[in-house]
Amino acid sequence: MGTDVRRRPLFAMQLGFTLLVCAFMFVPIVLSIMAGFTSNYIRGISSGLTLRWIVEVWALYRDAIGLSLLIALACLAITLVVGVPTAYVLAKANHWSTRLIEELLVTPLAIPGLAIALGLIITYGALREFRTHWTFILVGHVLYTLPFMVRSVLAVLSSIDLRTLEEGAASLGASYWQRFFTIGLPNARSGIVAGALMVVTLSVGEFNITWMLHTPLNKTVPVGLADSYASMRLEIGSAYTTIFFLMIVPLLIAIQRLGKPRRRSVRATPAVSTR
Amino acid sequence: MNADRHGVPIRLAGCGKTFRDGTRALEPLDLSIMAGETVVLLGPSGCGKTTTLRIIAGLENPDRGGRVFFGDEDVTDVPIEKRNVGMVFQSYALFPNLDVADNIAYGLKVRRIDPVVRAERVDAMLQMMHLGALRERRIDQLSGGQKQRVALARAIAVEPQVLLMDEPLTALDAKLREELRLEINALLRRLRITTLYVTHDQSEAMALGDRIVVMTHGQVAQIGRPRDIYFSPANAFVANFIGTLNRLEGCMENGMITVPGGRLRLPMAPRGAAAVSFRPEDVEIVDAISDEEGVLRGTVTGASFLGDRTRLLVEGVGAGTVVLETDTRREFHPGDPIRFRIAQQRLLVLDGEVPS
Repeated sequence: MGTDVRRRPLFAMQLGFTLLVCAFMFVPIVLSIMAGFTSNYIRGISSGLTLRWIVEVWALYRDAIGLSLLIALACLAITLVVGVPTAYVLAKANHWSTRLIEELLVTPLAIPGLAIALGLIITYGALREFRTHWTFILVGHVLYTLPFMVRSVLAVLSSIDLRTLEEGAASLGASYWQRFFTIGLPNARSGIVAGALMVVTLSVGEFNITWMLHTPLNKTVPVGLADSYASMRLEIGSAYTTIFFLMIVPLLIAIQRLGKPRRRSVRATPAVSTR
Repeated sequence: MNADRHGVPIRLAGCGKTFRDGTRALEPLDLSIMAGETVVLLGPSGCGKTTTLRIIAGLENPDRGGRVFFGDEDVTDVPIEKRNVGMVFQSYALFPNLDVADNIAYGLKVRRIDPVVRAERVDAMLQMMHLGALRERRIDQLSGGQKQRVALARAIAVEPQVLLMDEPLTALDAKLREELRLEINALLRRLRITTLYVTHDQSEAMALGDRIVVMTHGQVAQIGRPRDIYFSPANAFVANFIGTLNRLEGCMENGMITVPGGRLRLPMAPRGAAAVSFRPEDVEIVDAISDEEGVLRGTVTGASFLGDRTRLLVEGVGAGTVVLETDTRREFHPGDPIRFRIAQQRLLVLDGEVPS
């Protein structure tokens, strides 16, 4: 590309634009993380670097971090157990009612999180035990993230003519459950991984619903983050962001790892060469 | 594997199929297939051939009253996974999450066949279908022909009592289709599994079928050996669907039909018949100038030399163009006059040929 003189200005422009977009996206994150390590944000980096804020956040919000992880993993477990079979059934059925269910599944996305939360409070608010339990937040998260799991798995299953594969498996003697575990699940793998990443990211970062549903004793990381920005030094909030990253990134990498097809152990070489 | 294993006979009794939206895909059908026989269902799309196959497979239930028998056993209410059938699909339906060997082993695994026996069977299948070098390939690394070979191996590996093939060659290109057709033919003759083969391709049907069932609009138009169907088609639809057919319309008088190109004796024609048909290869080119009875005249409009024979397009014999095939070595050019004769017993007067 560099040898063509006429194209050089164009290339420079494209590169410049790309860098600008990157800066737009990354500079605030970098600044925010930096602020978490700065002794005094107002005086800038010259005031020195410190881990004090991180330690302070950890001391103050350890519970919130634990709860966030707990809710995210529980939410993932529920969306897997409910969402994957749902997508499997929807992919196989070919009826107007299944199309309707598919559309209905997306409606939680169209309703603001605050409204979903309000609905939950109106419905279950009187049940004190439940209202103050962390599973109340979990319910909100499941409602919000389930469509992402179903959609993601359904998209993959719709792209592979699942029905004919199933007919093939059935003709070879596979029962319903054998087909689900040997054909449906393995071929939905990439959709399940994508859906899982989505669910965990959304759950960990969810604020609208959680803010409405939380109690002083049940706080997740984003709610705590909002608290600290509102009521404490900016450095604390920034340190919080760093911890948020440290928490979510390994989680996402782990899910992606788990989702990769396992390398098959080397098969015994065929006994006879056929040709 | 047991090479002379025989399949079961299949019998359909009054199997019709009406879809939920009210479409009648298949009129009640009675059909018997002998053990080890290869029957081809042939017809245009939407004729009910695939529905028939799916009813036998157990993928569709026949309408109330229809029964499916494998031998003496009524399998109407037996689900496909218990019917012990082998199926080959047009779209292959190979499992993308498994490699070639595991695809072939799949049916044996779900049947919990002993691993040693399973490995032997898979090896035998790979060898039989010339797939040895591909055993650890992923499915998306195979060509269309290889995929269909794997699909065939997978279906046969479980030693099914019935083999069902739904347009297995349609997705392949012409040369490969021909090649695989020969292979399938040899395989079916060797294994003698009861086979039902669905296709819309008449040459496939002729080459593979012990018998052919020609279908149209959810009904059987004719059942017979390929020869019977070609030489004695039951009606105009069958005749037109299998091979090329020329049709001449004219006036019927005293056992003679007069068409634009001449007069033909038609003693056995039913009353009211006013059309006669013949196959392109059933003509004899004559060079006599005489206008004797039974000789038709026309003008050549096109000639293609095919080596062993010449295909001619001729006008002026009937209302449109007729196609003739001749092994004469004479050369024809557009515009040449031509005279030909059709042997009496090769003239076809078909149902459904009332004057239009």
